[in-house]
Amino acid sequence: MRWRYLGRKVGWALVTLVFVLVFNFFLFRIMPGDPAGLLARSQRLTEAEVAEQRALFGLDESLLNQFGTYLKQTLSGNLGTSYLTGQPVVDTITSRLWPTILLVGVGTIIAIVLGLMMGIRGAWTRGSRFDKSSLYGSLTLYSTPEGWLGMMLLIIFAGTLGWFPVGGYDSGTGDTGIAHVVDVLNHLVLPAATLALGYGASYMIVMRSSLIEVKDEDFVATARAKGLTETMIRRKHAVPNAFLPSFTLIVLSFGFVIGGAIVIETIFSYPGIGQLTYQAIDAYDYPVLQGVFLVSSLAVVVANLFADITYGFLDPRISEV
Amino acid sequence: MTDTAVAKQPVPTARQLVWRRRRQAVARNWLLYRHNRQGIVGLGVMVFFIVLALVSPLLVSPADIEPATAQGIPNSPPYSGYPLGTDNFGRSVLDLVIVGSRISLLVGITATLVAVFLGATIGVISGYYGGTRLDTGLNAVTNWFLVIPWLVLAIVLSAILGASVWIIIVVIGVTSWAQPARLIRAQALSVRERPYVERARVLGCSDRTIVARHILPNVAPVIFANAILTVAVAILTETTLSILGLGDATAISWGVVIEQAFSAGAMTNGYWWWLVPPGVAIVCVTLAFTMCGYALDEVLNPKLRR
Repeated sequence: MRWRYLGRKVGWALVTLVFVLVFNFFLFRIMPGDPAGLLARSQRLTEAEVAEQRALFGLDESLLNQFGTYLKQTLSGNLGTSYLTGQPVVDTITSRLWPTILLVGVGTIIAIVLGLMMGIRGAWTRGSRFDKSSLYGSLTLYSTPEGWLGMMLLIIFAGTLGWFPVGGYDSGTGDTGIAHVVDVLNHLVLPAATLALGYGASYMIVMRSSLIEVKDEDFVATARAKGLTETMIRRKHAVPNAFLPSFTLIVLSFGFVIGGAIVIETIFSYPGIGQLTYQAIDAYDYPVLQGVFLVSSLAVVVANLFADITYGFLDPRISEV
Repeated sequence: MTDTAVAKQPVPTARQLVWRRRRQAVARNWLLYRHNRQGIVGLGVMVFFIVLALVSPLLVSPADIEPATAQGIPNSPPYSGYPLGTDNFGRSVLDLVIVGSRISLLVGITATLVAVFLGATIGVISGYYGGTRLDTGLNAVTNWFLVIPWLVLAIVLSAILGASVWIIIVVIGVTSWAQPARLIRAQALSVRERPYVERARVLGCSDRTIVARHILPNVAPVIFANAILTVAVAILTETTLSILGLGDATAISWGVVIEQAFSAGAMTNGYWWWLVPPGVAIVCVTLAFTMCGYALDEVLNPKLRR
């Protein structure tokens, strides 16, 4: 891998982040009224209190000064104070990070494994009963709003059958060790399944269509002419070449997964970033919303950078340019 | 063949020729599309819901969906006259689903128009001026919008701007134009290299004429197929925003019905009849648009055909 390629990708990631910072600043200044006025609307403050808040947020200064303060604070890890709790936004977000990482991580891994496996099998046996049923199943799941899917799973598996808890991260019984792990996993099943079903379906569709395109390429015919078994052709020749486009799409969809997690966490009262966002929307807690947008953008940009670098290793042609 | 017979046949103008060729192309593609079962089923469902949305004022009177004047027994499972049961105000869920089709489709289609208009403008300009500084700049903006978590952005934007149908439309449009723009740019880049574009330039056509007469008509099929897929995504995004309480509560969409059911505790109380129908309607419409989009893609992109 060439250093220039690496440098370009890191440079692009940094540029993206700078734009996120600038965008994030102006995003919260295009709203009707200023943050202090909105705070007054949500908490019924007196005029004097509003003025105090305005001074606190530095809203009396010029836009340029405000931007300078914002940049300095953000870069030193200060994302402001939550209107709702009065706690620093950074602490609020980090305390909610772990459940979301667990949920999105487990859900995405299941989605990738299942989606890719079904996509490969579907494409390889194109037109078979498996291919048709998995394709239509995936298209239907892809067309299902994940919030509603979560509600359906909740009604069926938690409400009617009572197999899983209705929501939350754990039962809060203070268990430790294995009992706690089982409890957490038990709570994780339904939200992670909702996430995995939704995104697994789109990964299946993507993998299937890119493998179908590769299947008729000359090098596959050559491999077959060499007398390789179908399994060898699939594993060594077709799938690696079809995998790259799916890989890009999977990483690009990561931004969508984070958004999806907001709805899923809301439905399952899962105490992660998503539920925090929902609560912040409800309380007009703009510093928290701003922080969530910043943190999720950071996560997506880092994921993309990681993907680009991996891509460079997987496909040397790309990094040679 | 005598001279008079030839004279009677008027020579078609260039424009007539172009339109005749376009009509033939549409007829040819329709023939291909007609044999795509997915596409036909999707088209049927899509037309059904669009007609339903258009005639919904004839089927449901405003008094039936007004909480104060609704006649049904509140929170009741299906009974006579209320085939899908009622909500907490005694409104018929069937009526809510019929009325909801209007806003859901309005948001889906209008937001798509916004997204595709932005995407097509930026994509065509970027592709036509491919390789220039303008293209690099526009491409960077497009890539930026592709990379940032746009659903989070949509959520934050509508939280800031407030809940109204038009704001939701603009928010969805502004956050989902990047994907169409990228596809359209790629297509415009390849069309630009075709010999007839070069000939048009040699003949002294302005950039504007070349784009309007040669690039756009050739990019249009891609735009169209992509727009239909974008409608599906827009309807899903509207649902997500509504479920989070960011919808316009005064304009009943399917997402708003789901959100109201959710907030009223339909899940804990097991009021499945209130939650299931609007969701099924969303799945049907989204699936229909998706299948139409894929079928069109298959017709317009010979590489995907069997």
